[in-house]
Amino acid sequence: MATLLLGRSRSAIQNLLKRTALLSALTHSPPPSSSAASHVGCRYRAPPSQGNRSLAVLFPFSRHESTKAQIQLQQTHLAEDDDTQLDEVLDFPGGKVAFTSEMRFIPESAEKRVPCYRVLNDDGVPMPYSNYVKVSKEMAVKMYSAMVTLQTMDNVFYELQRQGRISFYLTSMGEEAVNIASAAALSADDVILPQYREPGVLLWRGFTLQEFANQLMGNEADFGKGKQMPIHYGSNKHNYITISSPIATQLPQAAGVAYALKMEGGKACAVTYFGDGASSEGDFHAAMNFAAVMEAPVIFICRNNGWAISTPIEEQFRSDGVVVKGRAYGIRSIRVDGNDTLAVYSAVRTAREMAVNENRPVLIEALTYRAGHHSTSDDSTKYRSIDEIEYWKKARNPVNRFKRWLESNEWWGDEDELKLRQSVKKELLQAIQVAEKAQKPALEELFRDVYDQVPSNLEGQERQLRETIKKHIGDYPSDVPL
Amino acid sequence: MWGVLRQKVCAGGLPGMYIRPAVAAFRNYSSSAKQMMVREALNSALDEEMSADHRVFLMGEEVGEYQGAYKISKGLLEKYGPERVLDTPITEAGFTGIGVGAAYYGLRPVVEFMTFNFSMQAIDHIINSAAKSNYMSAGQISVPIVFRGPNGAAAGVGAQHSQCYAAWYGSCPGLKVLSPYSSEDARGLLKAAIRDPDPVVFLENELLYGESFPVSDEVLDSSFCLPIGKAKIEREGKDVTITAYSKMVGFALKAAEMLSKEGISAEVINLRSIRPLDRSTINASVRKTNRLVTVEEGFPQHGVGAEICTSVIEESFGYLDAPVERIAGADVPMPYAANLERMAVPQVEDIVRAAKRACYRSVPMAATA
Repeated sequence: MATLLLGRSRSAIQNLLKRTALLSALTHSPPPSSSAASHVGCRYRAPPSQGNRSLAVLFPFSRHESTKAQIQLQQTHLAEDDDTQLDEVLDFPGGKVAFTSEMRFIPESAEKRVPCYRVLNDDGVPMPYSNYVKVSKEMAVKMYSAMVTLQTMDNVFYELQRQGRISFYLTSMGEEAVNIASAAALSADDVILPQYREPGVLLWRGFTLQEFANQLMGNEADFGKGKQMPIHYGSNKHNYITISSPIATQLPQAAGVAYALKMEGGKACAVTYFGDGASSEGDFHAAMNFAAVMEAPVIFICRNNGWAISTPIEEQFRSDGVVVKGRAYGIRSIRVDGNDTLAVYSAVRTAREMAVNENRPVLIEALTYRAGHHSTSDDSTKYRSIDEIEYWKKARNPVNRFKRWLESNEWWGDEDELKLRQSVKKELLQAIQVAEKAQKPALEELFRDVYDQVPSNLEGQERQLRETIKKHIGDYPSDVPL
Repeated sequence: MWGVLRQKVCAGGLPGMYIRPAVAAFRNYSSSAKQMMVREALNSALDEEMSADHRVFLMGEEVGEYQGAYKISKGLLEKYGPERVLDTPITEAGFTGIGVGAAYYGLRPVVEFMTFNFSMQAIDHIINSAAKSNYMSAGQISVPIVFRGPNGAAAGVGAQHSQCYAAWYGSCPGLKVLSPYSSEDARGLLKAAIRDPDPVVFLENELLYGESFPVSDEVLDSSFCLPIGKAKIEREGKDVTITAYSKMVGFALKAAEMLSKEGISAEVINLRSIRPLDRSTINASVRKTNRLVTVEEGFPQHGVGAEICTSVIEESFGYLDAPVERIAGADVPMPYAANLERMAVPQVEDIVRAAKRACYRSVPMAATA
């Protein structure tokens, strides 16, 4: 090491001097004279303990009088290639970084926004040179049917709330492609941790329209036994974690699930969905950071649909969307056209392979548009123009776009369309009828599942309640089965 | 037989099955028993549970390489490796969320908070995700997670490091909340917490970590487990019942010693379990002594003592011979200066005075104790 220093010190000093001259100019202090340079050059060969003072003179701009900084400078070594003598490298905790003498702030945004991967154009025609994961006719038709089912389901259930037959509903209108195509690209073993605008994923996995209706009505057949408000469905057997209202809490939880999956050694991953608004939560940061550090197989799918209730993107963040945040955490990311079924399918499929085979997290930002209101408690015409909504509903509709591609392949026709929509509507209306007529959950459900075993105090409360009901039967609703 | 009995009580969670001879038996052992620090007790409990069930893993700040901020997880990283003992970045919300997610999937995480004061940054995950998930999913998602760490005041750490969270977590259905005092409590309750399918908040105490207690062979056995929801009568008495948990149990015992010299025989109950609260033991004791003093370090309003008082009034009002006395921390954020801190936390003398007031041995003073 010492010989290395001696051998290279002359050129090192020349480099350092060049820098000093430059930096001195910046700091308005007189540059050292050439005589001083050679003088210092000799001094540079002296052991560090004697060299302190001289180096302090050499770098007048340096505020660090501590030995540590100076030792670091003395230990700088040159890159192997002599042509790049200026490529000196510094090692701080965390790894080596190259020096630069140019003070340059990284601009707040790149010159160009991250491009968006798409396969089909707005008319459903494949773009030239597009590469994507091919889908069979069967798969394509299945995806399209699911998208139509989701669309129909959303329309009917929304109306149901408006009629006062359910208390609340939340649609995924405009996001059918993200829902269905992403679900189709995953395997049944992958654990889904949704936000709340992904019923399509559950639908794809086999949750029936009847089961959806049961959950909305909170009847005895509801998997959640009427304990959750509408649209908070969940199903163990479909590997779909029950919806939880607080935003973004599912993100670090997904990292946890992924960690558990990794420990299990299987070939499944965790997949979590969230909106543009959720990316502002602290949990988003923690989840991304952790997933990267833990090397957890989790896919983060951001449905950037432009609106977080009434907050538009410009007021949510100032970055180029969510995709650029991936790099900040060391996570591989891609921006995809969320209204392009094939693009979403390909991206998620590929991301899944990366996650599972390389044990790494992946971020997918799907650009899309929330065509409906935030929920039945919202009227989005209050904060956005009706024209904007109509435009996205008509001209940029993901369902129509995919249909055009199917039709161009002659895999789908008007007759199929009619048949499908009619049968779905019929099934829905029937399911609603059955769900409405079904009994509500029994009284005992009020006290079950607080804990694994019912504790004695709750048993006591249930007894008390039943006695009171017996005594005052008229005061209690007759439709609650005892 | 003793070991078997304990296992039965632990597994079935049979309420009301309190065996009197247990106390006497324990007293017999104490004279020839081994001494164990609470820190060691927690460490050994973690070690044994991690070895018995590969799904159990520990995570928190400094739990691995640093051997634990308070050395509770000493040696565990070396023994089980970085997959089972995770050093986390500084984000309580993050690692609590991750723990909950892992529990959703079937692992059994033990999440350590450097102090429960920091758990507030993760409280949404603890309450909205861990506590409520089993209920909201109608039993489809269980969360077998343990949140543990030091709770309450230490010494000279100021307002943001001294709050007691027993009352906050104790009010949430879906959570179980435990607070050990002795090494036996620490071992038995932590093992029970880890084995429990429900989320458990385990409130330790920094100042107790270094205290030693006698432990019997039963306690040292790896299958040892204490039932959740059962209080322990640390000292029998007949004149006044004093309830306490965590460090205050030690103070209450000292107070009981001082009271006995003045002819007052105090019964000291170590709650052990804040939720579920062992109302039957407390009420049985009050029915015997007819007087009650509740002791806690936390803030008085909506505290554990308030709940105990109500429970006694609801179930044993006719047996009370005096108003219930409540000793709690001062209703101020914890000051730092040593003299002020001493005034803000209950002292042994406060408990003695309260007991005397309950026994009509002194005139009640307004406001201050």
